[in-house]
Amino acid sequence: MDVKVSRRQFFKISAGGMAGSSLALLGYAPTAAADVRSFKLARTTEHRSTCPYCSVSCGLIMYTIGDKSKNIKPVIMHVEGDPDHPVNRGTLCPKGAGVLDMIHSPNRVKYPQVREAGFSEWKRISWEEALTRIAKLMKEDRDANFIEKNAAGTTVNRWNTTGFLASSASSNESGYISVKTMRAMGIVALDTQARI
Amino acid sequence: MTNSWVDIKNTDLVLIMGGNAAEAHPCGFKWVTEAMQTRKAKLIVVDPRFTRSAAVADTYAPIRVGSDIAFLGGVINYLLSIDKIHTEYVKAYTDATFMTKEGYNFDNGFFSGYNAEKRVYDKATWGYEVGKDGFVVVDETMQDPRCVFQQMKKHYARYTPEVVEKVTGTPKASFLKIAEQMGATSAPNKVMTILYALGWTEHSVGSQNIRTMAMIQLLLGNMGRPGGGVNALRGHANVQGITDMCLYSDVLPGYLGAPLDRDTSREEYLKRLTGKPLRPNQMAFTQNFPKWHTSQQKAWWGDAATKDNDFAYDYLPKKDAAYDVLHMFELMHQGKMNGFVCQGFNPLAALPNKKKITAAMSKLKYMVVADPLETETSEFWKNFGPLNDVKPEEIKTTVFRLPTTTFAEETGSFTNSSRTLQWKEKAADAPGEGKPDSEIMARLFVKIREMYKKDGGKAPEPIVNLSWPYQVADAPNPGEIMREFSGRALVDLMSIPDPKKPEEKPTLLVAGGTQLTAFAQLRDDGSTACGNWLYCGSWSPAGNLTARRDNSDPSGLGVFQNWGYSWPANRRILYNRASADPAGKHWDPSRKYLSWNGKAWAGVDVPDMRPNAAPEENVGPFIMNPEGVARLHAIGMAEGPFPEHYEPFETPLGVNPMNTNPKAISNPAARVYKGDMEAFGKAAEFPYAATTYRLTEHQHYWTKHSRSNAIVQPAPFVEIGEDLAKEKGFKNGDMVKVKSNRGEVKAAVVVTKRMKGLNVNGKVVHTVGIPIHWGFKGVTQNGYLANSLTPYVGDANSQTPEYKAFLVNIEKA
Repeated sequence: MDVKVSRRQFFKISAGGMAGSSLALLGYAPTAAADVRSFKLARTTEHRSTCPYCSVSCGLIMYTIGDKSKNIKPVIMHVEGDPDHPVNRGTLCPKGAGVLDMIHSPNRVKYPQVREAGFSEWKRISWEEALTRIAKLMKEDRDANFIEKNAAGTTVNRWNTTGFLASSASSNESGYISVKTMRAMGIVALDTQARI
Repeated sequence: MTNSWVDIKNTDLVLIMGGNAAEAHPCGFKWVTEAMQTRKAKLIVVDPRFTRSAAVADTYAPIRVGSDIAFLGGVINYLLSIDKIHTEYVKAYTDATFMTKEGYNFDNGFFSGYNAEKRVYDKATWGYEVGKDGFVVVDETMQDPRCVFQQMKKHYARYTPEVVEKVTGTPKASFLKIAEQMGATSAPNKVMTILYALGWTEHSVGSQNIRTMAMIQLLLGNMGRPGGGVNALRGHANVQGITDMCLYSDVLPGYLGAPLDRDTSREEYLKRLTGKPLRPNQMAFTQNFPKWHTSQQKAWWGDAATKDNDFAYDYLPKKDAAYDVLHMFELMHQGKMNGFVCQGFNPLAALPNKKKITAAMSKLKYMVVADPLETETSEFWKNFGPLNDVKPEEIKTTVFRLPTTTFAEETGSFTNSSRTLQWKEKAADAPGEGKPDSEIMARLFVKIREMYKKDGGKAPEPIVNLSWPYQVADAPNPGEIMREFSGRALVDLMSIPDPKKPEEKPTLLVAGGTQLTAFAQLRDDGSTACGNWLYCGSWSPAGNLTARRDNSDPSGLGVFQNWGYSWPANRRILYNRASADPAGKHWDPSRKYLSWNGKAWAGVDVPDMRPNAAPEENVGPFIMNPEGVARLHAIGMAEGPFPEHYEPFETPLGVNPMNTNPKAISNPAARVYKGDMEAFGKAAEFPYAATTYRLTEHQHYWTKHSRSNAIVQPAPFVEIGEDLAKEKGFKNGDMVKVKSNRGEVKAAVVVTKRMKGLNVNGKVVHTVGIPIHWGFKGVTQNGYLANSLTPYVGDANSQTPEYKAFLVNIEKA
């Protein structure tokens, strides 16, 4: 079967109900691609996303490879601008066009680590150990320095000896959970990247 | 942004100042070139550098760093002196007709009420004169010397074109050409937009830079209209959303003022923040504050927030001081903080005066860094030779580093600078054991909560009673979280009985348990829960509206009502009532946006107005202000109700050409800590103005970890003009040392035609440009952190540091 489709239509077809399956397997594929080698995105799954850099917030399509079977982890192998997005209309700038290399940076932090006081190196620890130690340190500091009432006798319930700086790259949902939990603990030294 | 990215295409004139959209926001900048092609719009760029935005501009003018208010104040004077303003708009939609108080005065750099010892103003003489009826007194003729219009005219009369040239270095002819083009948009059928970014905010007068421009847009009648507005481009993917969630000390989610140490009760707190109309018939929308706040308390503490315990008001921390990031690090530097949690933020690189930041963090007992990348902050204790010359054995801070997901590895929403929430999907797992911030925070919280339940401790109630209804306590689902901050009815919401029709039975409005559609449904009696009123309705009974992908634009004006969800209430242009004249008709028939159809406001957007407010009711378009109109005279500002030019704290002139007052050279109301004032450099030792900036190929301190970005922009450099290079004997590529009074940076020098010495106040001022993107971690070549140089002082209102105007010297390395 010889179906002539534009690249754009091609994406629409694969997004529309056939996500994850290969057009080639269904018996047809864009002529040019089939003749030479299989189109590298043909066996990928599309995910809609938003560029993490500036606040133009260009629409992205991320392509992952991996057949979704149990224990197979999808890997992002290509990122491009979302042509349906009303602001960027498929385009990306030099920052966003390189975002795949940020995702796969060799400098990603992969495991919880601790640098003990006065030490020169990191030590890998488990999540359980890291969070238990942090929770203990926070509770200890809170219990020692929490101010329940001010001089006038008003309940003020604040804790100002531990500070929290929030990311401007977190989602709204992460931001909400952060502010809800930190305020509940009484933290007032709270600020965000947005300040600067 | 008051408007949106795509809306830029509707403009007649674009001003880019305090930003560089072509390089910092390239895909948004395309809407500028679209307007230039299709509407024949003109582009003006005012910048210390001839940027790539300037390269495609119709008009470019250079300006000395830190002198924007002098330029814009000059524009105000120009517009007022030849009456190039949109008078009908100004009279109806601003406070120009309002009378100011009798004692108000401005004299030689100080406004009335200055306290030199505390560096603050007593604002008793600022603001409006209120009559016996409780409403502001107005002068419809705008002739009274005490009305805002005349006070403003008097204030800016000093900003003549000659003075503008003397203070800014912008040639008078270029200034006048730009002022004339801006003035032409005072015609009701012409609109200008302004695009700015950190080039305006990162000054000790940052907020007033923006306010001066807002005043110009009001005088020209360009606010609330398609193709108009004041548009902050903003620099991180979710900087808008995290601001809206208010992860900062001053406010609670949705910009609800946080309770203060001096608020003695909930009643007093609510009273302080609940608005009351200052003119007849005004909406004074903050009248609803108790509904927003009570609903937030219900979202946070659920059944533990009852009428009997003042809806858990005591659980909220009461703030006793500023706790912005500069203050936080000042406290740390004084040894008054023990712990610090740093989520996706790189303060060692991003905050001013690296030496002070290092010293501050070295005094902590513990620090937690949660980040997808190995940041400089997380390794502040490690020796990297001259780039980070510290002794690890002397730094006793225990540092934890936790791996997080990037945007690509988590599901949730980001809010762009057009205020549009857009949902995204997780594509893959993070490498290794990375987790989303929401899960890290949840796990940490649950652990701490269990410790309080088991072992007790100080004030456990706010923690153990925090509403935690998530299906998996350790990992709340982003959908659950969005539904919580969007809001729902806790019980059946019945209609409020109309006292005039006592016979009518209440009807069911929203069934208990249902998601709400709009913040108008929120109540102050504990019957609704909503974590962030501004985002109310983002997950309505119709589902997750932020995930919508209908890109149809029926009006052709770039209004995508069914793409994502814009706060507030899915409104795409703020103050859009002002797109119509006082009678409710379009100012410009070629850009029909919103008008009065005889019964209601209707158009292509959600009206920013009570839908049935007939024009003859005179309900002002600026509904969040109790006066209903926009403020030319604003008492909320720390350093004066009208913006005034003050020199950067490190001034190349040593004087303020606008006054002869030695105490008013720089912002008299800016907060300066002991030690930081002494660390400011003087022009005799550091003769060159300096500014930091970003490059097209890099994003802050992230992309230095990305190979493709490192290939296209691999190594640090500083930029100077040909005239300075000749004077110093530098050739392109020479290694140079740039020094401020706080530190130094070594890098190659790039000599360009883009920067030139400017004649300012009788001397030539050269500028050194310092791109910020390098550090001691990354796949680029390593470099010095640019913020080793910058001064530790912020804007008097926002405390945003003054990165864009300081002093350096430069010599061969």
